[in-house]
Parts: sequence; structure tokens; C-alpha cells
Amino acid sequence: MANAIYQKEDDDRRSTSAKLPKNHLHRGPSLLYTAPALLFFGVFALVPLVGVAILSFTNWDGLSAITFNGLGNWNRMLNDPLVLNAIKITIILTVVSWAVQTPICILLGTFMAGPQKYRALLGVLYFIPLLFSSTAVAITFKKLLDPNFGVGRAFGIDWLAHNWLGDPKTALYAIIFVVSWCFIPLHSLLYQGAVRQVPTSMYEAATIDGAGTVRQFFSITLPQLKYTFATDSTLMIVGSLTYFDLVYVMTAGGPGNATRILPLDMYLKGFKSYDMGGASVVGVIILALGIAVSLILNRLSGSDKMESQMEGA
Amino acid sequence: MRGTLRNKIVRFVAVIVAGGTLLGTTACGSTPAGAASGSGATVWSLNDSTWSSVKETFVEWNKDHPNEQIKNEEFANDAYKEKIRSAIGSGNGPTLVLSWGGSPVTDYVSNKNVVDLTSDLNSVVKSKVLDVVAAEGYRDGKLYAVPVGQVQPAILWTNKAVLKEAGISAAPTTWDELLQDVAKLKAAGKTPISLAGGSKWPYLMWAAYLIDRIGGPDVMKDILAGKTNAWSNAAVIEAMAKIQQLVDAGAFGDSYTSMTADDKADTALLANGQAGFDLMGTWVYADFASINASFAKNDLGFAAFPKVEGGKGDPTMLTGNLANYWSVASSASKTSRATAVSYLKSNTYSDSIVKGLLSSGGVPPVKGIENEIKSADDGTGFLTYVYNAVKKASSYQLSLDVALPSAQGQALLNNLEQVFLKQITPKQFAEAMNKTLE
Repeated sequence: MANAIYQKEDDDRRSTSAKLPKNHLHRGPSLLYTAPALLFFGVFALVPLVGVAILSFTNWDGLSAITFNGLGNWNRMLNDPLVLNAIKITIILTVVSWAVQTPICILLGTFMAGPQKYRALLGVLYFIPLLFSSTAVAITFKKLLDPNFGVGRAFGIDWLAHNWLGDPKTALYAIIFVVSWCFIPLHSLLYQGAVRQVPTSMYEAATIDGAGTVRQFFSITLPQLKYTFATDSTLMIVGSLTYFDLVYVMTAGGPGNATRILPLDMYLKGFKSYDMGGASVVGVIILALGIAVSLILNRLSGSDKMESQMEGA
Repeated sequence: MRGTLRNKIVRFVAVIVAGGTLLGTTACGSTPAGAASGSGATVWSLNDSTWSSVKETFVEWNKDHPNEQIKNEEFANDAYKEKIRSAIGSGNGPTLVLSWGGSPVTDYVSNKNVVDLTSDLNSVVKSKVLDVVAAEGYRDGKLYAVPVGQVQPAILWTNKAVLKEAGISAAPTTWDELLQDVAKLKAAGKTPISLAGGSKWPYLMWAAYLIDRIGGPDVMKDILAGKTNAWSNAAVIEAMAKIQQLVDAGAFGDSYTSMTADDKADTALLANGQAGFDLMGTWVYADFASINASFAKNDLGFAAFPKVEGGKGDPTMLTGNLANYWSVASSASKTSRATAVSYLKSNTYSDSIVKGLLSSGGVPPVKGIENEIKSADDGTGFLTYVYNAVKKASSYQLSLDVALPSAQGQALLNNLEQVFLKQITPKQFAEAMNKTLE
């Protein structure tokens, strides 16, 4: 299915470049077909986005009149130790969860891509965490990790009965563990798909040349995954900039500010302190970070000039 | 041809703008839960079991007043708190606005979101409701919020069996006794004090009690009045030092930072015999019974927060939630407001509400109901204890996160948690909090 679409795009591109119709910029379906998508994007993404950007220059407590105060909020927020701390925590969360998930996902994806039946079965089992709502996952892990009533105490495993979510030194890593548990299935699935796209002829050639499984993995599979790697890393990193529900339910940003990531800081400022202006500044910072990271990753991976290495493409 | 493209783009924009407007208007129109119209009134209430007696009055009212229907919609506690402010700000709130008193009511009053109820309900409130609870509904001498529901001070719950096991005969009456009891409980292998630190707000009870016991009620009054450097008061510094003294003594065990009140982790620890004390609001009484019925009947004890030797505070002073309050929204139509007011006139602590509250383990803050309380008591003396404690209280500090303006309340939760975690010193705490007064 996916192949068919790419194939069609390729055909389009080739025929367009061949004919290069000067007076016919839009061959193909009418632009109006994109209207529903653009409409939703405009109403649910662009309009609120502009609203938040404007609110970041105002004072508003949710009740009284909105008053402009120029760069006041920006000054306040960029000097707010909570915001600076939140930026730091968010970066740690993003980098560590990317570094933990990516190798596991590539290995699992490669494993699941094999044709054996038992691997398909295991693949289905690995997929299960993705089906649960993250709130349910968060509540469950919170109970499991409870130092008084959790699994550690139940089975008498001392190190597991540690106060994982209540110790400022371990809380963030406990969160990263749960985040990984939740999202590894999705990313493994992407890698599985990518591994299956690698032409078997490459492996056959490598086998003839005498390369073993490990060598084949590093010399063929990994290089062939490079675009998936770029896409998946972008998804993962931009995704971790916006984690909210898991952290909110498990620690609510605590203990202290050990897990107070940017989205949570924004929420607490906006809907607990009723400082909509300050919360909007944090929102704009998250947005700017997300866009910057996507652009940088896109540039680094060179996926803007993405070419296929597939046979016959 | 380029013209065609431009036309297409123009058509696009037009479609988006039109569609956006359409969606926008339907979004505004789709808040039927609030926006009281016509003759009836609307109300948002909570889905806690303690609200059942109040909810019955709506059913009764609707039976008797076919032309003045009250439409009741129920919310979970947190969902309500998150929804109500934006609903009121946008004029889509219910006619009867529920609150916990404190800064939200002050905000509603200063933004004219709620109406003055003095002429209609002052006499009812003054004659029925205990003064400490009634006073919270007034701003500048005018009545804006009418009390409803049970009174909820924080008290020191004890597990008598655990205390006995550790060689403690009675609940501590002084700070030094508390410290000694903590040491004994620790030696007996128990968590001395159960504390739901993961929820953060239980920390406030320790702060409010200690500040008052050490410095008397004027310290918090200065802070609430926003006086410059009010948090640097010696009583505040000493209270924070005492909190850290307890932490150092291992009084809260090693897992309090992840225990949350929503999970009833703190009450479970006490009810299951793993802890000796729990400083918590009276609303958990029903939870104790549901976690461990025989404990609630035989071993559950309750006491006042101990006094601090040499402190200025009166040991009868209480902190916690006062009650809930009804206000009437100014955005509602005139007839809706009239319905709401006449409902309040006949249903503010009516006999059936008082009876219903008592039977569910709640104490209504109503004058002269000693007999009703005695006959409703389940043998533990709990209802009588709470009623007398509230009646005798020399002062009653509303929960600090509600009493303080929202931003200051949140800063307090944040900084106080860091005091408990020993991430900041009492002095740093005072400095950080003083900044919120600027």
C-alpha cells in the first residue's frame, strides 16, 4: 500500500520533470480537496497558536479584562527559575528517552521483521502497551511503584520498593522508564516496517560475500534505516517535548520540581496560578523548541533531498 | 492561468475563514451546561457522596416549583475547579456558583461576576451558620457566598492500637511530646506520621498550624493582607525549621513524597496499622471506615494539633476547609437569579440537609444542633468532637492555597514542598515567598 503511494509520487515527479508544463502548475486533483484538512489545521492549530502568541504579551487571570503589558511576561518568564529548570528537565527527558528508546526500537524492529511465526506472535504482544490510554498506564505504574503497597513490598524485593517516584534523584528516570514502556512499541513498528523494505537481494549478496548476521546488520540494515531513523527521531523528540499526561498523573511535577517539564509548567501556571500570560510564554517556548528541533533534524539528516536506495527506484 | 491559481487561493482562504467562523460560533453556542436562560436556574455540583443530601433538595425543589426548575449538573472535584473559572470568565457559568471561599470569591466579587446577597440572605446566614464559617462569605461587610455542606478542619488522626504498641498512652498535646512520640513510633518500626506529600496540599496543614501555634493568628493575617516581607516573620522561620526538624527525625518515613491523598495512601497507612498519626481533614472519616471498618470503630482516635511551648497561638485554633459556598452569578438572567435566591432562602441548612449531612458523617456548621449531633453519633464521638472543636475555635484559618491569591498559593505549595525535601532553608523559603508579595 505504502509502496503504491510512493510509486505514484515517483511517477508524478518523473513525468512532471519530463514534460515540465510551463502553463500548468497544478496537474492533478483540485486544491479544494485539501480544504477540509487545512480548515481543521487552521481552526485547531493556527488560530489557537496566534491566540497564544498574542496572550503572551498580555496579563490575564481568566476572569478580568485582558491588558497588554508588552514584554513584561517574557522578561518575567525568562528569569523565572521554574521555567529555566523546566527547560533543563525537558531537555534531559528528551535526550535520555531518545537515547534509551532508539537502540531498543531498532533491535526489536529488526527482530520482529524476521519471517518466523513466533516473532510475529511476540510482535503482537510487544504492541499491547500502545493500546492502553496513557492515564491508565500512569495510574497503574504509580500503584506498582508505590513504596508501601506496590510490587516491591508485595514480593519483598528491597531495591524495587525504593521510593522511585518520590525521590528527586530517581523520579525523572522512573518517568523515562514508563515513557519508554509506552512508546517503544510504536517506534519498533516503524523500524520493523523499514527493515522489511530492505531488498532481500542485498542480504543475499552479502551472504555470498561471506558476511554473517551481525555484519549484515551493521553494514546493510543500519545504513538502510537512516531515513526511518531521521523520521522516527523527529517523532520521538518532538513527542517528548509535549509529554504531559504521564507525568501529570504520576508525579504532578514533583517531588520538588524534579519532573516539572515545560508542558506541565505551562499547565500549572495557566490553570492553577491563573497566569495566562506567563503560561502563554512557556507555550510559545515549547512551540519554538519543537519547530527548531524538527528543522535541525531535517537538515542534518538531509531528508529534504531524500532519495531512494531501493532497487529499481 | 496564473489568475486561476490566484482565484483558487482566494477561494481557499474564503472557505477557511467561513468554516472557521462557523465552527467558532457553534463552539460558543455549545455550552448549554451553563448559560442560564428562561425562568429556571442552573447549578454545577460535585459528585462526592457527601453532596447527596444537597442534591436531594434540588429534586424536592423541582417537584414543588414546576415553573422555576433548577437544572443540576455534576462534576468530579478537580474537573469542576478547572472548568468553573473559565466558564465564569466567559459568562457561561451556572446560576449557582460553588466555591470554597477564599481568593476565588474575592476575584469573583472584584470582577462583579457574582451578586450581592446581603438583603436577601444576611439574616438567614447570621441566624443559622456558625460565625467562623459564615464570615468567609462576606467581602467588605456584604454577603456574596452562602455556606453549604460540611465543615472540614484538619485534625490529628491517630491509630490508638499502634500508639499503644509503641508505649504511647495518649495523643500528644505539646510539640515536645510529639517529638518523643515520633521517636517511640520509629523505634517500634512504624512510620510515625503518615503524610500524603505527593499531593502537596497536605503540607499546608503543617505550615498553617505551626505558624499559628508559634506566632498567633496575626502572622497569617499580615501575609494575607500582602504586607511587605510578611513571610520573614520569626514565627514563619521557626515553623519551617520545626518542619525540617520532623523530617530529620524521620517522622514522615521515607515514602511520603510519593504518597497522594487521591489514592488514600496516607489514610490506608494509618488504617492498616503502619503509621501512628495523620494530620488530615475531617472528610477522610468515611474513608477510614471503608478501608478498615473495625479500625474506624475501635482504634481510630482524633486530637487537636499540639501546642508549641512558648508560642503565642491558642491551641483551639483550627485550619482546613471551612465549608462550600454558593454564590449567584451576575451573568444569569434576572428570573434565574430570583429562582436561585429563593432556593437558597428555603434550603440553607434546612432540617433535611442537616440530617442528611450528619448521617453521612459530615458536620454541618449550624448553630444549636447539639441534640441532633448527639443522636446521630455512631458511638465514636467523632461528630461531637468536630462540632465542639469548630464551635470553640478562637480562629479558623482557611486552607492557605484557597485563602491566598492563586499565584501565591501555588508558589507556597512549591516552596513548602522544597522545605519538606530540605532543598531550601527556612530563610530561603521566606525570601522566595516574600517575592510573591511584591
